Amino acid sequence: MTVPVFGSAARRRAPSPVARGWAARLRPFAVVALVVPVMGVPLWLVVVTAGKSQGEALSPDLSLPSRWHLWENLAQVWQQGEVPMAFLGSLLVVAPSVVLVLTFGSMASWILARRASRPNAVLYALAISGIVLPPAVVTIVLLLRQLGLAGSPVGMIGVYVGIYLSTVIFFVTGFVRTVPVSLEEAARMDGAGPVRVFFSVILPLLRPVLATATILICLYVWNDVFYAFFVVGGRLDTLPLNLFQVANAGLYLNNWHLIFAYVILMSLPLLIVFAIAQRRIISGITGGAVK
Amino acid sequence: MQQTLTRPVKAVRRAPAPHVARGRTHPMWFLLPAFAILFVFFFLPTLFNFVYAFTDWSSFKSEIRFAGVDNFAYLLSDGTLFSALRVTVIYATLVALFQNLFGFGLAVLLERDTWLNRAARLAFLVPVLMSALAVGYVFQALLKPDGSLNDLLSALTGQRVDVAWLGSTTWTLVLAAVIHAWKWMGLSMLIYLAGLKTIPEDVTEAARIDGATPWQAFWSVRFPLLAPAVTFNVATALLGSMNGFDIVQALTGGGPARSTEILNIFIYRTFGQGLFAQATAMSLVLFLMVALLAFPVIRVLRRREEIL
Repeated sequence: MTVPVFGSAARRRAPSPVARGWAARLRPFAVVALVVPVMGVPLWLVVVTAGKSQGEALSPDLSLPSRWHLWENLAQVWQQGEVPMAFLGSLLVVAPSVVLVLTFGSMASWILARRASRPNAVLYALAISGIVLPPAVVTIVLLLRQLGLAGSPVGMIGVYVGIYLSTVIFFVTGFVRTVPVSLEEAARMDGAGPVRVFFSVILPLLRPVLATATILICLYVWNDVFYAFFVVGGRLDTLPLNLFQVANAGLYLNNWHLIFAYVILMSLPLLIVFAIAQRRIISGITGGAVK
Repeated sequence: MQQTLTRPVKAVRRAPAPHVARGRTHPMWFLLPAFAILFVFFFLPTLFNFVYAFTDWSSFKSEIRFAGVDNFAYLLSDGTLFSALRVTVIYATLVALFQNLFGFGLAVLLERDTWLNRAARLAFLVPVLMSALAVGYVFQALLKPDGSLNDLLSALTGQRVDVAWLGSTTWTLVLAAVIHAWKWMGLSMLIYLAGLKTIPEDVTEAARIDGATPWQAFWSVRFPLLAPAVTFNVATALLGSMNGFDIVQALTGGGPARSTEILNIFIYRTFGQGLFAQATAMSLVLFLMVALLAFPVIRVLRRREEIL
């Protein structure tokens, strides 16, 4: 099921199935000609604008700032945008959500994969329906109020876990089916109960698929503003929520240098994680998706 | 090789698995935490949707009373229901189309493992990591009438270009879909790349020996084998865009003249006005639309995979 993507599979293949000759020689130029305008221009705009003074950034363009103000702008955003609090808020919500959704999702997937019966097939269908069906954002607010969880991190974590459990159960159940039962049985012979078997045999074997799920869910939850707006808007700061509020507020109206400085600050954590682990992340994403 | 290793294991598994023993080895209570959370935070709100869409719940009154189909009648009468539905469906279709075209094109272009291609793949993944909100703001700045795109075009053509890219009631929606596709095309590219690499070398080799041109070998041999990647990409693009909010909100806020107001922007706006029941009614419409559209799409794509 999992295919190592950029390593062995690629090396096994003969040179190239694609036409050689002039087409192959032109291809690198096509790549550069595509990357520069399509990726380079927007990202360049972010960096140069974030480095400009307010006057220069009024109408953002691609010119270099006459003097770089990047650090001043970052510092100003750091204070006014309450970045440290928002960063903690994001972390407070993202970390428990990811841990819980993976643990609970894997536990359920193990049973759903191993006990194939008619009622379990129905449960599985129900469990993965959330991949397709959109969450009912408005009534979630009402429900959380009734539960006394409105605006609290606990409510937010519950909502994220509820939304993304489907994705985890879908990925992990498919993976558990490929894990031979004999591995569990060996542990069981040695007298291990189901909890031991799950946590010390199954969970470590799920590492590749859990890596995929972790990446995707971190990506979604870290950048989410829509659900956060409904559930914790105004009560708890997260990075995207602050960007949203701050960019809408009069304070930042037309202050593109500050908006883009915030964009840089907010994207940095994920970019750093990605830069460090890009190989594993790439093979993780692709390994889980195409079976 | 792998098969000879796993086959006997499967045979062993089937023999000593009496139904009774499963309860001890794979206890049902393992399902409990996941299903408890799913029930409280996912199914219950969805059920509430079917109830509160038919009430007069709002921030202006303390009690909530049954109001029949008033919300739907109101949304129908002023045309918002159909216009928001139409905008959402067009947006989702365009995103699915563009995201897959771009992702597929990139995967084919960057298929070989040269250092340049690896670097280009990484570059295309940066927007995937960025917040969608940030992407919306970047393009808002880029596409302003006095923005950088017009500056670039002016420099290229030698004349002053000032197109109001975000001011068209027809084309701005298309542009928003292109930008949504721009953000996610790196992910689609990765998945198509993975699909391309799972196709064994001997398949294309066989086609070549049978006299297929590279063009034929690609479109009639390798492309059909990408079916699972197509399913995954089309389904995730469709669902992601039907549930979309951030990019369009940051780009246009639903304008001009509400021509880009997708369902979630409408829900966000009405909720902000305190008209909770109307927002719930629209949320129910979104739910029903996704349920009606997504399942057939996925079934059709799955069936295509089985035929191939």
